[in-house]
Amino acid sequence: MSERLKELLENIGLPRLLIALFLLLLFVIAPFVGVRVDTSINDVIARFAMNGVLVLSLVPMIKSGCGLNFGLQLGVIAGLLGAVISLELKVTGFAGFAVAIIISIFFAIIFGYLYGLLLNKVKGEEMVVATYVGFSAVSFMSIMWLLLPFKNPDMIWAYGGEGLRTTISTEGYWHHILNDMLSFQIGSHITIPTGALLFFALLCLIVWAFFRTKTGTAMEAVGSNPDYARSCGIDVDRVRINSVIFSTIIAALGILVYQQSFGFIQLYNAPLMMAFPAIAAILLGGASVTKVKMWNVLVGALLFQGILTMTPSVINNLIKSDMSETIRIIISNGMIVYALTRRMKVRS
Amino acid sequence: MKNQDSLKMINPIKQFFINYAVPILFIIMIVIAAPMSGLSPIFLINEVMTRLTRNSFLILSLLIPVMAGMGMNFGIVLGAMAGQIGLILITDWQIVGVPGILLAMLISTPIAILFGYFAGIVLNRAKGREMVTGMMLGYFMNGIYQLLVLYGMGKIIPIRDKSILLSRGYGIRNAISLDGIRQSLDNVIKLNILGVQIPLVTLGVIALNCLFIIWFRKTKLGQDMRTVGQDMEVARVAGIDVEKTRITSIVISTVLAAYGMIIYLQNIGTINTYNSHEQIGFFAVAALLVGGASVSKASIINVFIGVILFHTVFIVSPRAGKELIGSAQLGEYFRVFITYGVIAFSLVLYAWRNRIEAENERKKAMILRRVSLQDEEEEGDNV
Repeated sequence: MSERLKELLENIGLPRLLIALFLLLLFVIAPFVGVRVDTSINDVIARFAMNGVLVLSLVPMIKSGCGLNFGLQLGVIAGLLGAVISLELKVTGFAGFAVAIIISIFFAIIFGYLYGLLLNKVKGEEMVVATYVGFSAVSFMSIMWLLLPFKNPDMIWAYGGEGLRTTISTEGYWHHILNDMLSFQIGSHITIPTGALLFFALLCLIVWAFFRTKTGTAMEAVGSNPDYARSCGIDVDRVRINSVIFSTIIAALGILVYQQSFGFIQLYNAPLMMAFPAIAAILLGGASVTKVKMWNVLVGALLFQGILTMTPSVINNLIKSDMSETIRIIISNGMIVYALTRRMKVRS
Repeated sequence: MKNQDSLKMINPIKQFFINYAVPILFIIMIVIAAPMSGLSPIFLINEVMTRLTRNSFLILSLLIPVMAGMGMNFGIVLGAMAGQIGLILITDWQIVGVPGILLAMLISTPIAILFGYFAGIVLNRAKGREMVTGMMLGYFMNGIYQLLVLYGMGKIIPIRDKSILLSRGYGIRNAISLDGIRQSLDNVIKLNILGVQIPLVTLGVIALNCLFIIWFRKTKLGQDMRTVGQDMEVARVAGIDVEKTRITSIVISTVLAAYGMIIYLQNIGTINTYNSHEQIGFFAVAALLVGGASVSKASIINVFIGVILFHTVFIVSPRAGKELIGSAQLGEYFRVFITYGVIAFSLVLYAWRNRIEAENERKKAMILRRVSLQDEEEEGDNV
């Protein structure tokens, strides 16, 4: 019995268990410190729908053995380009969102291809290279946001300034376009963003189905044993590039979902750190640097967003000071450090 | 004969340009941007001298982990935090001047050893990906640092000086002025040669650090570290405690980084309590790489060339950007882009070169094998 318990604990992982218990504890004490549970649940669901796709975007690259995508920002930039161009073209509503998606995918394919080529050249060092490629891309785009000739007055500074604004409202274009689709209320405080959830579910289904096709299985084979894959006649480099493109496209869609829900397009340094919360979430869900399952995405996004939603409100009311930012830093980065140190322990 | 030609895979000139691509690029940038910025040579030299005294010690702290084969230690952020804790405490106790700096170093030493030991253990469990782990560790420890400084100080750790506390009564303010020790190390003996200010004592401390590193390389521990850096398995067979050696290298690096941060901040004169340390890792690593170092090879010369080239570009690029395009904001973004870009570029170049070398080794082995087979055949013919 204790053997099985131990094995179960090993499978779940101690940090994961502690964080899950912590979240549970937060929900239990919430009513006692004057935090409404139903609004909390509402927030968790909204943020789950908002961030889920970004978490999902990590899956193809982990599967193909490229590791955690610390260069997620490249996908985010593709999404940002799609968003600002769709606003520049002044297409509103579903059409506008569709235009944003199409343009984002176009850029994501280009970025993903180049990024994939690069990662093939640095096998074994993907993660550290990806981090700095992501950082450089974000700072390069900061220069571009200043220089690119956008004209829409909703996006550029009213007077005197240069370049695009740091935050651009999606109001009047495709604000809450997915969130409000088929949305309904439960009680007075819980609104279900059906459209966004369906969109997330659809993408999950596509990824899940993809890894059941022949191409998908080949990608998994490349990840688990590249030499074996090569001997089976799979073009390993080509497959890896495809996985990077796939990840980048989903990340681009992820940021579009995020923006329509958040209501703003954030430029300049906003995407700089975006890879870390997504990575922390998928790790929290049970993924490792080399292994991932679909439920890791769902559990991880839910747990991580749960913590992010609950800590500010509950802890603030409990000790009357805002520790949420510090707790977020410790949990998300601690989770990543834990995952990076883990595989080696099993090996040795 | 033909076989011997193909043994020589890359010609030496090409090799040189690949190895020193980053420094060459920076020299070209300086040659173009320096005249355009319109800054006077004396001003420029003074600025570079300031950056040299400010940053060299910190960058020197990166050298020892490179020797131990652990790559660029992005975890020097931990040392920087230890240094800052020391500075916050001496500011609270109002100990000024050089004694204040020395006391700050003394306080930061055990903290840095503790942090370094922790980092060493973590990095030992992440062999082969020390750099990304070190970087994430820096972010993680930033949370612990916040817990300590933003919530612990004034509550658990007594702080007498209310002026450095937030108005709520605990937690350190976002910015602390280091009036008591501002440039007190630099100003002990300051020479003025042809209008260039030379802080002799700070340079002396930096020289001392260089001597320490040169001496350290020759000790038994230093030799062990190099062996570990070259091949962990060989080191293990030779009876070296690999894990312990690696931890020691990180501990030394972290302690030196703590001192480096104190020297850096006494020159600047203010601490941004929650930001000063964050960027330190990136800037130090970028400067070292610009100096021609790689992930597996870095020397003292690289440090100084790196500081001079990197910071000259930093000084002239915003001005040149303004003259060229008329935007100062652009220069700011350009600086950040350069920092990250240099690191990305150097890492890619290094990893790429490693793969090519591995490939060449393989080809070489194949050719040698073919040659020896041919020789055997010829011998067989002769008989």
